[in-house]
Amino acid sequence: MSNRMKNIIVPLVAVLLGVLVGTIIMIATGYNAGAAFIALWNGAFGEIYYSGEVVRQVTPYILAGLAVAFAFRTGLFNIGVEGQLIVGWLAAVWVGVAFDLPKVIHLPLAVLAAAAAGAFWGFIPGLLKAKFKVHEVIVTIMMNYVALHVTNYFIRTVLSDKSDRTEMISESSSLRSPFLEGLTDYSRLHWGILIALTCVFIMWFLLEKTSKGYELRAVGFNQHASEYAGMNVSRNIILSMVISGAFAGLAGAMEGLGTFGYAAIKGGFTGVGFDGIAVALLGGNGPIGIIFAALLFGSLKVGALNMPLEAGVPNELVDIIIALIVFFVAASYMIRIFIDRISKKGVK
Amino acid sequence: MEYVIEMLNIRKEFPGIVANDNITLQLKPGEIHALLGENGAGKSTLMNVLFGLYQPEKGEIKVKGKPVRITDPNVANDLGIGMVHQHFMLVDRFTITENIILGKETTKGGKIDIKKAEKDVREISERYGLAVDPQAKISDISVGMQQRVEILKTLYRGAEILIFDEPTAVLTPQEIKELIQILKTLIKEGKSIILITHKLKEIMEVCDRVTVIRKGAGIGTVNVSETNPNELASLMVGREVTFKTDKTESKPQQDVLDIKDLKVKDSRGLGVINNLNLHVKAGEIVGIAGVDGNGQTELIEAITGLRKSESGSIKMNGKEIMNMAPRKVTETGVGHIPQDRHKHGLVLDFPIGENMVLQTYYKSPFSKRGVLSFKEIYSKAKTLIKEFDVRTPSEYTHARALSGGNQQKAIIGREIDRNPDLLIAAQPTRGLDVGAIEYIHKRLIEQRDHGKAVLLISFELDEIMNVSDRIAVIYEGEIVAVVNPKETTEQELGLLMAGSKRKEAGGENHV
Repeated sequence: MSNRMKNIIVPLVAVLLGVLVGTIIMIATGYNAGAAFIALWNGAFGEIYYSGEVVRQVTPYILAGLAVAFAFRTGLFNIGVEGQLIVGWLAAVWVGVAFDLPKVIHLPLAVLAAAAAGAFWGFIPGLLKAKFKVHEVIVTIMMNYVALHVTNYFIRTVLSDKSDRTEMISESSSLRSPFLEGLTDYSRLHWGILIALTCVFIMWFLLEKTSKGYELRAVGFNQHASEYAGMNVSRNIILSMVISGAFAGLAGAMEGLGTFGYAAIKGGFTGVGFDGIAVALLGGNGPIGIIFAALLFGSLKVGALNMPLEAGVPNELVDIIIALIVFFVAASYMIRIFIDRISKKGVK
Repeated sequence: MEYVIEMLNIRKEFPGIVANDNITLQLKPGEIHALLGENGAGKSTLMNVLFGLYQPEKGEIKVKGKPVRITDPNVANDLGIGMVHQHFMLVDRFTITENIILGKETTKGGKIDIKKAEKDVREISERYGLAVDPQAKISDISVGMQQRVEILKTLYRGAEILIFDEPTAVLTPQEIKELIQILKTLIKEGKSIILITHKLKEIMEVCDRVTVIRKGAGIGTVNVSETNPNELASLMVGREVTFKTDKTESKPQQDVLDIKDLKVKDSRGLGVINNLNLHVKAGEIVGIAGVDGNGQTELIEAITGLRKSESGSIKMNGKEIMNMAPRKVTETGVGHIPQDRHKHGLVLDFPIGENMVLQTYYKSPFSKRGVLSFKEIYSKAKTLIKEFDVRTPSEYTHARALSGGNQQKAIIGREIDRNPDLLIAAQPTRGLDVGAIEYIHKRLIEQRDHGKAVLLISFELDEIMNVSDRIAVIYEGEIVAVVNPKETTEQELGLLMAGSKRKEAGGENHV
C-alpha cells in the first residue's frame, strides 16, 4: 500500500476506533448508543439550520488547525493558538466598536487587526525561541493565560464600563450575512468560512510553492543545513510563529465579527485553540486534511448539543469520543502496523 | 562443524529494489570474515537479515548446521549473534556498566545488583583485553571507548559470533590499531567475527576470508592470503581501480583565499585559531593536514561565515569576507562540501531534487518573484544526478533514502555546479568506498585544472598526500608548516601534526 493511501486510511481508522470505543462506553454506562448516534447525526445534518451551525463551527476550527499545522510544518509547536485566538477576538471587536467607517474599509480593518494581534502574540514566543532558545511550548502555554486575563481586563475597563461584555460591533465591521442566515433557516452562518478557505489556500501556496516556504520548511527539518545554506534561521523561526499566530488571530475574528458580534469576559478558555491541535493532528498537518478534520470536529461539537434533548445522552460523551479519536491518531503507529499486516496477507 | 553461520542464497527485496540477490556467506569458526562492498551494495541489509531486523524473501540461514528462523534481534541474541553497530546504541547519561547490563539486569530482591554487574563487566573486560572503567559515564569517554562498550555489551550477552559494522569509520588511527588488537584477542578466545567494511587495508591486515558483494549480488568469497588490494577493489567496484590519483603539475595563479592573523574562539570562549595565516591560489589544491580537533572545523566555519572571528582578515578575491553572513560569503564564490553531510549538507526529509538548490532556490530560474519553479528545480536536479552519477530511484526520492556515497555525490554535484572560485572540501570522502573516493578526487582535481582554488581538509594522510599540491599542517590552531607533498613523507607529516617540530617551523614563520 502506498504511503499516500496510508495517510488517508490511518485517520479514518482512528475515527472509527474512536466511535467504536465511544459506543462501548455508552453501552457500559447504560445509554442507548444507537439513539445517541442518530441524535448526533440529526443534530449536525438533520435540518438545514444545524448544517449552517456546523459550517459556522468549522470556520474557526479550520483557522486554528492551520495555525497549529503551519508552525508544526516549520518545526515548531504552537500550543498558544488559544491565546492568539483570544487576543485576535478582542482586537477585531475593538476595531468593530471603536470606529464608524464604510464597510469596505471597516470589515477588512477589523479582520486585519485580529490577524495582527494574533501575529504579535505569536511573535513574542518566536523571538524568545530565536534569540534565547526558550522553548516555545512553555512560552506559548504561559501566553495563553496572559491573553485570557489581559483581554478580560480590557473588556471590563477600556471597552466597557465595568460590564462583563462589550457593545455589539457596528454593522459595517460585521461578517454576519442575512443572506446566509436566510439560506440556513436563521443559523449563525457567516461569511467567515470564505476567509477560512482562502487561508487554506494561502497556507498551501506559501509553504509548497514559494521560496519563503521552501526556507521555512528547510529550517523546520534541519536548522544546521539551513544555516549552512545561508538562510537566517532566527528570522524564519520568528516569521513562522508570526504567520501561525496570524491564522489563530483570524480564528478569533470569526468568533468576534461573525458568530457573536461582541467579546465577553471569559471564565476559561474557549477550547477552539486547543481543538485546533487535534484538527491539525487528525488532518496530518496538510491543508485538505485540515478541512476534513475541522468538518468532523465541527459536526461532532454541534451535533452533540442535540444528544441530551433527543436521546438523553450527555453531550460530554462527544468530548470523550473526540479525545479517543485524538488518542488513536496519536497512536497511529499501532494502526500502521495493523494495516501493514493486513495488506501483506492480502498480497500472499 | 564446518561453519558456525551459513547464509545461503539470501534474497531481500524492498519496494522498487532488490537489496540482496542470491547472496551466500559462510562463516568458519574462529575466523575473521570480511564482508566487502561499495556503499549501497547491500552489506548492512544482509547483516540486518542475520540479526533478525529484516526477514529474507528467499534463502536459508543455518547456525551451527541447524536451520533457523531469526524473527527478531532477541532470537539472534539467543543464538549467540551479537552486533556492534556503526552508530552506537548507548545511553549517554548511564555508566558503562549500566549500559552493558541494560535489558539483562541481574537483580537482587527487585533491585539491580550493580556490584555484581560491575564485577562481571570487569571480568569480561579483563578476559578480552578491553580495558574500561565500569563506573565511567558514556558522555565522558572517547569514541574508541564507546566502541569497546558496544563490544562488551555483545560479550556480556554471551555472543559467540560478532558482527562489526564499519567499526573503523569513526576511529582515529591509534584507536584502529587498538581495535585490530582486540579483534585478534577475540578470535583467540574462540569467537568468530564478521567485519563489514570497505577499507581494503584492514581486510588485508586482519581478515582470513572475504565475501564480496556488488549492487546487491554475491560476487564470491576469496582467501585473503591469495588476493591483493587491487584485485579486491576491482571485484568490489566491477572495474579496474587506480589508487594513485593521476594529475598534472599544478599551475597556481593569483591568490583566491587569503587569511591573515586569524583568531577564532570556540563555543567555550577558548582560542582555537591563533594567528593563522594561509592562502590558496587559483589552480591549486591546498590540503590541511592535522589531528582532529586542532581547529580545522572552526577554520572552515570562520571562512564560510558560520562562526564569528575575533580578529584578523579573510579575503576572498581581495574582498574582505570575515564575519559576513553565510549567504553573502557563498555569493562571493565559495563552495563548501561540509564535514557532516547529514547535519549540514542535506535536508534529509526533502526530496533529493530540492536539496540540489539549497543555496540557489531564491534565485532565477528556480524562483521568480518569490514563487518556486519546480519544473526548473527538478530539471536541474535531473541533470546533476546524471552528471555526477548519483544513484537514486528518482529525483523525488527523499535524501534520507540514499546511501552515504550517493548523498555525498549529490552534495559535490551541487557545490561544483555553482562553479565557485574557492571550493572547500571537508573530509569529502569520509566513509566512502574506493570507487566513490576515486571519483571525488578526480572531480576535485578537475576543479583545480579549471583554474579554481580548492581547500581540502582531511584526517586521512593518504588523501592529503595524493590530492594536494601544497600541504599546510595545522596544530593547535596555527599553520605550523607548509610542505610540498612530493618532498615530504608520512613520518615527517606525522611529526609536524603531533607538534613535535613546532618550534622549528614556528621559528621560520617569525622570520
